[in-house]
Amino acid sequence: VSVSDSAVASRVPAAKAARTAPRRRPAPYLFVLPAVLLFTAFKLYPIGRSFVLSLHRTVDGAEVFAGAANYRRLLGDPLFWTALGNSATILAVQVPLMLALATGLAVALNSRLLRGRGLFRLGFFLPMVTGLVAYGIVFSVLLNQRYGLVNWLLESIGGPEIPWLTDPLWARVSLGLALTWHYTGYNAMILLARLQTVPAELYDAAAVDGAGAWRRFRHVTLPGLRPALLLTLVLSTIGTLQIFDEPYVLTGGGPDNATLTIGMYLYQNAFKYFDFGYASAIAYVLAVLIALLGLLQFRVLGDSS
Amino acid sequence: VKAATRGRSLLLTAALSVALASVLVPFGWLCVAATHSSGDVFDSPPPLLPGGHLLANLTALWQSADFGRVLLNSAAIASVYTVLAGAVCTLAGYGLAKFRFRGRGALFAVLMLGLVIPGQVTLVPLFQLMADLRWLDTYQAVVLPNLALPFGIFLMRQSLAAVPDELLDSGRIDGCGELRLFLRVVLPPMRPALAALAIFLFLYQWNDFVWPLIVLRDSSSFTVPVALASLQGVDDTDYGAILAGTALAALPMAALFLLLQKQFVSGLLGGAVKE
Repeated sequence: VSVSDSAVASRVPAAKAARTAPRRRPAPYLFVLPAVLLFTAFKLYPIGRSFVLSLHRTVDGAEVFAGAANYRRLLGDPLFWTALGNSATILAVQVPLMLALATGLAVALNSRLLRGRGLFRLGFFLPMVTGLVAYGIVFSVLLNQRYGLVNWLLESIGGPEIPWLTDPLWARVSLGLALTWHYTGYNAMILLARLQTVPAELYDAAAVDGAGAWRRFRHVTLPGLRPALLLTLVLSTIGTLQIFDEPYVLTGGGPDNATLTIGMYLYQNAFKYFDFGYASAIAYVLAVLIALLGLLQFRVLGDSS
Repeated sequence: VKAATRGRSLLLTAALSVALASVLVPFGWLCVAATHSSGDVFDSPPPLLPGGHLLANLTALWQSADFGRVLLNSAAIASVYTVLAGAVCTLAGYGLAKFRFRGRGALFAVLMLGLVIPGQVTLVPLFQLMADLRWLDTYQAVVLPNLALPFGIFLMRQSLAAVPDELLDSGRIDGCGELRLFLRVVLPPMRPALAALAIFLFLYQWNDFVWPLIVLRDSSSFTVPVALASLQGVDDTDYGAILAGTALAALPMAALFLLLQKQFVSGLLGGAVKE
């Protein structure tokens, strides 16, 4: 500590000196050190290494520099476009439906008219603690075409036998159903937390002005929910583009690649064909897509604040 | 007016009950199916009441998948992970929340980058790293890579920001060391937030699938999800046994959640959900 430093320190109040003092002490660095070391070794290094890999090809067990060849191959790979299309379909159809459902659920769970609110919240949040593999297995048996419970129920009320997992279109519907079952409660929880911060006076004022239930929802609830909706949208987008576990267990990516996602295609290339360079290129394109979509959502939907 | 309100209340409660029932069907059905043989599960009509095949299913599971070992692997990995990741995330969250130091903003930004960069980007290099270290089929290969979990650090930074600076300052003036201050003054009132973090970490590790699937090759090192997925892949799948295993994987976590849901939900949302 230099002379001028201690001269300054002696002039500020004791409490403030104590607060600013750690700036010259090792304590904060020691607190963050384990996280920094682990993050560098197991996150930053692999992120960098993955980019290097994406510029290489494996030829006879040796890495050969290949420039942008993996990325060029990706552009002309019909399976990659199929996977991208499947992920985009889930993003365009399942995510908005799920968020609408979650919004309705959050509003209902927040309503004073609902009896036993605590129990309902508990029940609707339960799916989110169930592992992806566990619920994938349960859904695959429930949706079995000939012997599953769902088709048995449908037939008992005179409905058709639906090829849930064996028809390309229905397999997508099944995947969407499973995703919705698992994540709606989680999103409703985030929305509910935000909903409870909307002042009751706003609703009272709207009611005094003669606004009906729909207009109160449209002009008070929705604007109040905006930041939470943006958060759930961004989280769902990131999650959807990475989806792997559900199709892996539920449909294996089939039938006819109808439920092949980018996450699955990446896994197949890396750990089935051991084409690490190509898999890394897919990973980087995926990361860029997620970053662009996230930014776009913030720009279009985010508040100026 | 009162009667109308009561009618609306009943209607809403009834509608939500139907919705909840459909959400809970998979759980109820899982409990029933786990007690039936593979043949009975796919009987027509499907079984709706518990059967007497639970013990046989569990025996098959223990024999075909060494499921006792698998449960032990999962419990050990999830417990060790919860303790270590809890420590790493809490320490880092405290450092970021309560100290001003050079590079703090940059460090936080880089850590949060980990939240948005898909885990799949790191999958291949991490696998190669583990193979080079000869760590495949070991617990540390599963546990170490995710210890500095960005979400956990973010959560603890939010929670620990609420610790009053005056409390820390007065401790320092009394000559209390930084580590003692952290352990004796900062942590004790943080119990609810720590409990929420612990539940989250345990669930995360217990349910994690892709990473364990990649680094665990030998069936004696499998965790529960990896073992269940491997059983499902074979030709003559014993669904009675798999569903019994699935129940063993899912129901304890559901019970844990029901027991501790208050701490969990309020801790994750920073006390935001009220009654």
